[in-house]
Amino acid sequence: MSDFVSDFWSIWISAIVIIGILGVGALLFTQSKTNVKKGEQAQTMGHVWDGDLEEYNNPLPSWWMWMFYITIAFAVGYLALYPGLGKFPGLRGWTSVGQYKEERAQAEAKYQPLYDKFLKQDIKVVAADKEAQEMGKRFYLTYCMQCHGADARGAKGFPNLTDSDWLYGGTPEQVHQSVAEGHRGQMPAWGAAFGEEKVKDVTNYVLSLSGKKADAERVSRGKETFAATCAACHGADGKGNQAIGAPNLTDNIWLYGGTEKAVIDTITNGRTNQMPAWKDFLGEGKVHLLTAYVWGLSNNAPAKAK
Amino acid sequence: METQSTYNYKVVRQFAVMTVIWGIVGMLVGVIIAAQLVWPDLNVGPWLHFGRLRPLHTNAVIFAFGGSALFATSYYVVQRTSQVRLFAEKLAGFTFWGWQLVIVLAVVTLPLGMTTSKEYAELEWPIDLLITVVWVAYAIVFFGTLATRKVKHIYVANWFYGAFILAVALLHIVNSMEIPVTLTKSYSVYAGAIDAMVQWWYGHNAVGFFLTAAFLGMMYYFVPKQAGRPVFSYRLSVVHFWALIFTYMWAGPHHLHYTALPDWTQSVGMVFSLILLAPSWGGMINGIMTLSGAWHKLRTDPVLKFLVVSLSFYGMSTFEGPMMSIKTVNALSHYTDWTVGHVHSGALGWVGFISIGSIYYLLPRLFGRNEMHSTKLIEAHFWLATVGVVLYIAALWISGVMQGLMWRALNIDGTLTYSFAEVVKATYPYHFVRFLGGLLYLVGMLLMAYNMFRTISAGRAVNAEIPAVVAHAH
Repeated sequence: MSDFVSDFWSIWISAIVIIGILGVGALLFTQSKTNVKKGEQAQTMGHVWDGDLEEYNNPLPSWWMWMFYITIAFAVGYLALYPGLGKFPGLRGWTSVGQYKEERAQAEAKYQPLYDKFLKQDIKVVAADKEAQEMGKRFYLTYCMQCHGADARGAKGFPNLTDSDWLYGGTPEQVHQSVAEGHRGQMPAWGAAFGEEKVKDVTNYVLSLSGKKADAERVSRGKETFAATCAACHGADGKGNQAIGAPNLTDNIWLYGGTEKAVIDTITNGRTNQMPAWKDFLGEGKVHLLTAYVWGLSNNAPAKAK
Repeated sequence: METQSTYNYKVVRQFAVMTVIWGIVGMLVGVIIAAQLVWPDLNVGPWLHFGRLRPLHTNAVIFAFGGSALFATSYYVVQRTSQVRLFAEKLAGFTFWGWQLVIVLAVVTLPLGMTTSKEYAELEWPIDLLITVVWVAYAIVFFGTLATRKVKHIYVANWFYGAFILAVALLHIVNSMEIPVTLTKSYSVYAGAIDAMVQWWYGHNAVGFFLTAAFLGMMYYFVPKQAGRPVFSYRLSVVHFWALIFTYMWAGPHHLHYTALPDWTQSVGMVFSLILLAPSWGGMINGIMTLSGAWHKLRTDPVLKFLVVSLSFYGMSTFEGPMMSIKTVNALSHYTDWTVGHVHSGALGWVGFISIGSIYYLLPRLFGRNEMHSTKLIEAHFWLATVGVVLYIAALWISGVMQGLMWRALNIDGTLTYSFAEVVKATYPYHFVRFLGGLLYLVGMLLMAYNMFRTISAGRAVNAEIPAVVAHAH
């Protein structure tokens, strides 16, 4: 697409650039005559300011003049080869977008075979390959650690990837699905429907499922509400449902914290979460390697020991 | 000899003293933010956070320290080389108090977070209006004095001061076009790539006219005066003056290489930045060659040392600048410490040294003394400042090139070798050396302040008499 809305501006730019460069050259040329013979001392201009300020009229140093001419010549040459004079694209046809695409294509030609080598292998085989694990780790540190942490142990709202506990399933296929397609997790807000007391009851029941300290009376009341409402997603036994990413509530692993306060907050206000889909951005080769690396974090005993 | 009256030194004295004071303030803030980069815990509260102190630092050193030095020297030079008392003296007095008010408002509003977010033009619209009024007054005083001059020719220093005053008016007004929303918030009338281009047209010409042309005006008076030698070449000054002020106007796009700015704009900015090398060096040559026949004075005269070393740093940074404007070099240097080092070799080495030298020249003459209270202290100041600058720029060269190389380093599979935090960690030792360099420079300024107050307290304010006009040969 052209940067110019009309030819006028293209011509205007070209004209003032050319006139500007030639004008600087002309200024230099008209002043480059030598008025002092060799061995002769330059005279002052004859003006005196403030008692003793005077000026010699030495000629321009020739090395400086040549340096000046060379930069002007460079400018002319550069603007012939590269875009600069309005719409004129330059003889080399270079654009910054073109350079970006070219560098990208070069990088893909260079690196893609490295990734594709593993594409035909099963995830479990890739997870056992040292070279693939090293690459996967570097991808992880480039694309994933911002949320899941440098040690992959996650943070509040970002799942721990090393604990064999999976929101959406831990088979190689399921992990691949998570990386490639992403997820959108949604826990509804129950604060308005339950009211404060009921929220506390359910909270105590949920805490009791993981063996945490809870108020027995509230637990029994909460159990009823849980069975009537929460069990739809988290299951009657509270063990969750990986098909919809409903967490297991019995394993004492907490995505948003396991204190009474945090659980009350989760039930009252709900939670919305998102894992981005990486398929389009990274391509299948990198997704495959990342899947193997992440799967390996929970399944590779030797890698874990490192 | 018949004398009608005296030169107006009062406003020169006011600005000269404030140059030293604001220099200390601006450089102290610089040392604080340099320390914050080494010890992040020093970021205290929102008001003293790096993000708010950094614009205070740049505004204080450029406009408060540099600006005061320019007002002081231009008022002094234009009177003495025009052989006439300052035109519209009440306006001149207003420029002093108006400019101080601008600076005080900057010191208050920037830490409070009031900002247009335009670099080197952060001050909000009411202050922009005040700057405009002060600047128009400045132009009236300066050009009025020139117009009433008693000598036929306009001395070269005044060309540069004049170009600076006109260009800064143009730059300030165009770049500060903004729509006020509240008393303390406005939005630029420009958007997107055009906003970026206007901003860097302004930004680079703030360097070109505020920090270069104007200080060349200073150079053209104080170097030949202190050396006692005629300027090397009138012809060179003509060529490099016109080439410099014309070419600088085009160079801004080199701040926006490989951005959304159109390719043609980037190319034009780059070639004019390269053409700028020779016109810049013209000023350096004219200053340094003026010393031929007076080199021996360098051994004993620390003021001349400041002036001459400033020209060396000027030559160095105006070589470095065009090189960094080349796209392939810029691809490495941009966004790194190299840029910060480059700016400081110009700001500390060139602008700082030429101002310090000129103020040392002025103070005894403004306060009826033959020389400064202590020449040894000037000598000490010179060495502290020189070592400070060298440490500063060498540290940031190394750290800048290191950052550039680390950011682009790739593993065999195309991933980045270093995370951003690893690069930050690697710069710590260099940022510490940079902090030390800045600290030395600040200590030098404290010596200068002490020397100044001793000089003033033993002297008295004097206003030199204007000599009668003598006819001279043409």
